Amino acid sequence: MDTPSLPRLRHAAFAIWARNMLVLRKLMGSSIVINFGEPLLYLLGLGYGLGLFIGGQLDMPYMTFLASGILAASAMNTASFEALFGVFTRMVPQKSYDAMLASPLEIQDILAGEIFYCATKSLIHGTGILVVATALGAVSSWSALWVLPILFLVGLTFAALALIMTSMASSYASFSYYTTLVMMPLMLMSGVFYPIAALPELMQKILYGLPLIHAVQLIRPLMAGLPVTDVALHLAVLAAYGVTGYWIAFRQIRKRLHV
Amino acid sequence: MKPVVDIRGLTKRFGERIVLRDLDLQVPPGVCFGVLGPNGAGKTTALRAMLGLTPVSDGTIHIFGQPMPAAGRTVRARCGVVPQADNLDPDFTVIENLRVYARYFGLSRIDVESRIQALLGFVELTDRADSPIATLSGGMKRRLTIARALINQPELIILDEPTTGLDPQVRRMIWARLRALREEGRTLLLTTHYMDEAERLCDQLVIVDHGRVLEHGSPRDLIHRHVEPEVLEVRGAAERTAAVLVDIPGARIEQIGDIHYCYTRDARSLLATLEQHRDLTFLHRPSNLEDVFLKLTGHELRD
Ligand SMILES: Nc1ncnc2c1ncn2[C@@H]1O[C@H](COP(=O)(O)OP(=O)(O)OP(=O)(O)O)[C@@H](O)[C@H]1O
Ligand SMILES: [Mg+2]
Repeated sequence: MDTPSLPRLRHAAFAIWARNMLVLRKLMGSSIVINFGEPLLYLLGLGYGLGLFIGGQLDMPYMTFLASGILAASAMNTASFEALFGVFTRMVPQKSYDAMLASPLEIQDILAGEIFYCATKSLIHGTGILVVATALGAVSSWSALWVLPILFLVGLTFAALALIMTSMASSYASFSYYTTLVMMPLMLMSGVFYPIAALPELMQKILYGLPLIHAVQLIRPLMAGLPVTDVALHLAVLAAYGVTGYWIAFRQIRKRLHV
Repeated sequence: MKPVVDIRGLTKRFGERIVLRDLDLQVPPGVCFGVLGPNGAGKTTALRAMLGLTPVSDGTIHIFGQPMPAAGRTVRARCGVVPQADNLDPDFTVIENLRVYARYFGLSRIDVESRIQALLGFVELTDRADSPIATLSGGMKRRLTIARALINQPELIILDEPTTGLDPQVRRMIWARLRALREEGRTLLLTTHYMDEAERLCDQLVIVDHGRVLEHGSPRDLIHRHVEPEVLEVRGAAERTAAVLVDIPGARIEQIGDIHYCYTRDARSLLATLEQHRDLTFLHRPSNLEDVFLKLTGHELRD
């Protein structure tokens, strides 16, 4: 068995992606309300209220600021939840991976397919948010369409990171550590709801070493029609987290399945 | 002819524990080959090793002449697998399970659609094509798992306890299908705890225990080689039975629980003795593979 330093993407991975998409299609009807309802709730519920306090200090309408943050955070949440609960369900109680591995598929194909699927969900969910945000007048430029591929990339990154947790989990119970100790703090402190200038300097430094703020800083100027700065840095941090996450998760899952 | 499966000196450890020790196994093409062994003998582990699903500690495995696990993907593309525990996809219906599994083999939807219909017919699930997996009985799930294993038209079909937990009707139906597959020239490798199943289906078999092959041959050979042709199972209070059977010449006697098994080439004197002891019940039958199995693997419980 080879040990790739980079994720390997073979055509075979799309069989896994297609499998999951087929399940998603079956559930699409019931999830459409959530897809549009949740961002609407956030934007209306927080946007008008918080806008009164924060709005004045920004170079864009608070609704645009908030919509950008929520886009990034939801890409993280959507991909993470699928990579935690969805992947664990297929790997452990359903034993779906055992069935897949009896075919020509290998663990790398399964993981690549899963991560692509998680990112696809981030993209679908994000598209819903973008539509709602546009309807609420929060989008001020066509450059906002560039947000879509970025949401996909953010989905890849956070899916790979969450897979580390999944690869080590013995039950669903361990996932609440990840959601409360990793996802929640990232969402509250990465400039999703308010500018990080409000935070102590040290904290800001730490935040730049973490992935979510880079997603926010790519998405926000695109939504507002402002120039994007440090593109290469943001992309590099997201990619580095994604590749590292994949690599660790792959080794753990191989140990777990190939016993 | 070159064997389809060629395993030599296979050793597998789980930590300190040796599960397969120096195991040799050759399966010629076109036969139905059985692997018998008590619980924990290492049957499933050996099958997983063959498919490249578990690393081995020592030895070589060739399937279709190709080395495993190096040739894993190409070999698995030519194999069908029925695992010991069902792992059908609960998110899908019967027919979707087959379609989705076909994709794992890189088969396109158009190519397999008529094959899927044929397979549903083969395992008599045509009218359940759109049923969710959760609504199937154990026997239906097993039949679907067999159909799924045939989706890629495999040359080698590996079945890990294909009929465990199924009723006699389903077992017979599955036997008939497995024989049909063998008639088509495919090679079958199956494990089972049912000696009648092995006797009926298998051209050749091995008996393994503690990860080692104890015996190899056709069911008839093995019976001939290891046990006397006739058996009397005598039931009654252990001491009483032992006293009656104490000086019967030419009989080999084994006791398991409250039953004494008397193996003999000629049961006449035994029968005459037992006629005089009406308080003992007995059963006179020809010996079978189960007698061989018990003789070779002993009577202690495993696991
Ligand atoms: N992942 C594992 N870690 C440690 N030991 C294992 C593992 N899997 C199997 N074993 C041990 O290896 C031995 C062989 O197991 P295996 O499942 O191959 O037996 P088997 O012949 O298929 O038994 P059964 O008839 O009950 O299915 C058993 O003692 C089992 O406890
Ligand atoms: Mg087994």
